[in-house]
Amino acid sequence: MNIDSIQNGYVIDHIKAGRSMELYRHLKLDSLDCSIAIIQNAKSERMGRKDIIKIDQEIPIDWDMLGYIDPDVTVNVIRGGKRVEKKQLKMPDRVVNVMRCKNPRCISQVEHELDQIFTLADREKRVYRCHYCETAYKRSEK
Amino acid sequence: MRHLIDILDLTIEEIDQLIETAEDIMANPAKYAHVCDGKKLATLFFEPSTRTRLSFEAAMMELGGNVLGFSEASSSSASKGESVCDTVQVVGCYADIIAMRHPKEGAPVAAASVCPVPIINAGDGGHNHPTQTLTDLLTIRKEKGRLNQLVIGLCGDLQFGRTVHSLINAMSRYKSIRFVLISPNELKVPEYIKENMHRDKVSYMEVERLEDVIGTLDILYMTRVQRERFFNEADYVRLKDSYILDTEKMKMARKDLCVMHPLPRVNEISRAVDSDPRAAYFRQAMYGKYIREALIMKLLGVEA
Repeated sequence: MNIDSIQNGYVIDHIKAGRSMELYRHLKLDSLDCSIAIIQNAKSERMGRKDIIKIDQEIPIDWDMLGYIDPDVTVNVIRGGKRVEKKQLKMPDRVVNVMRCKNPRCISQVEHELDQIFTLADREKRVYRCHYCETAYKRSEK
Repeated sequence: MRHLIDILDLTIEEIDQLIETAEDIMANPAKYAHVCDGKKLATLFFEPSTRTRLSFEAAMMELGGNVLGFSEASSSSASKGESVCDTVQVVGCYADIIAMRHPKEGAPVAAASVCPVPIINAGDGGHNHPTQTLTDLLTIRKEKGRLNQLVIGLCGDLQFGRTVHSLINAMSRYKSIRFVLISPNELKVPEYIKENMHRDKVSYMEVERLEDVIGTLDILYMTRVQRERFFNEADYVRLKDSYILDTEKMKMARKDLCVMHPLPRVNEISRAVDSDPRAAYFRQAMYGKYIREALIMKLLGVEA
């Protein structure tokens, strides 16, 4: 399958297979008017299967949020048709309004306009905790 | 400005200081009778807890201060849909310090982010209740004379009991503490609490029957085992008597055992045990008032 190479923008590679649409939504890519390619279930030596997103425009991206959603992705920055930078993401220490706490007893379920804040409790085990009720949420495995 | 949301917000040194102040208040109440003259404590109880609220109010009165507040959400603006954050911002205009109890976990964290005066968490759902833990620590210090080198038995519902989890976290910071966790299989301490103990290199053992270990304990912290927590009736019938402290079991205990309970009790401690000098649970309730006095002083920044 051939997808045109991009001139200026990003190639988000090594996305866990099946997760590209989640990234697409969080990055609000549907609001852009540039070309975007989503490749799902591509073969990968390292991962077996993977997803890839190509964005043909340099847009401001919240790297912390992307690192929270999937810290294993690689971001290639493309300028003039060439890769000029390869970013390795890491899980941010704190994320705000990316996900909601699911604990029905948590104040964040009922308090109006309260920021949904999570802090990284264990980087190795990929555990975040709700800032309010401390409920633990484990991010996906590698 | 300091708040108290979680017992771990306080360092060991600060806890020691609070305990010292509380002991001094007990010894010299007159010295502290006017330290909070002109100050107001607001008790915002979005769910009823008569014991905790009265303890806070009595503490403030003994320091010379005044109290205002409400004892259930239905008599506050929460019933009109006001947010917790708005409530504390308004009350912060009227009071110098707030003690807040709320059924939702993390409510005091949200409140503290906007509150113009110190907030004390007086219990947020099944989450934190730091002044109960301070009460427990003062009780142990008063009854045993130390907070280290202790064998602490925790008995009953160790899965859902927040006072137990909080006490384990707080006592794990002291030297040579060993926990004996006495509970039915269904109500064991959650894994994350055990992980904390492993991390802090605190030794513990888990047993099912109180009779087997009561003779080894310096402290016995009782909690209630509720019938509805059991998966089957047979287990409840088999084990229920193991978690009721009576005079027969007290005969097997050390002469210097200290029996604690966060109260209210239902039937997990026989009334016959009340007259045993080792039963510390009503003294524990009294200590709760003094440690709250020390805490109010600390957060208001007043001294005798």
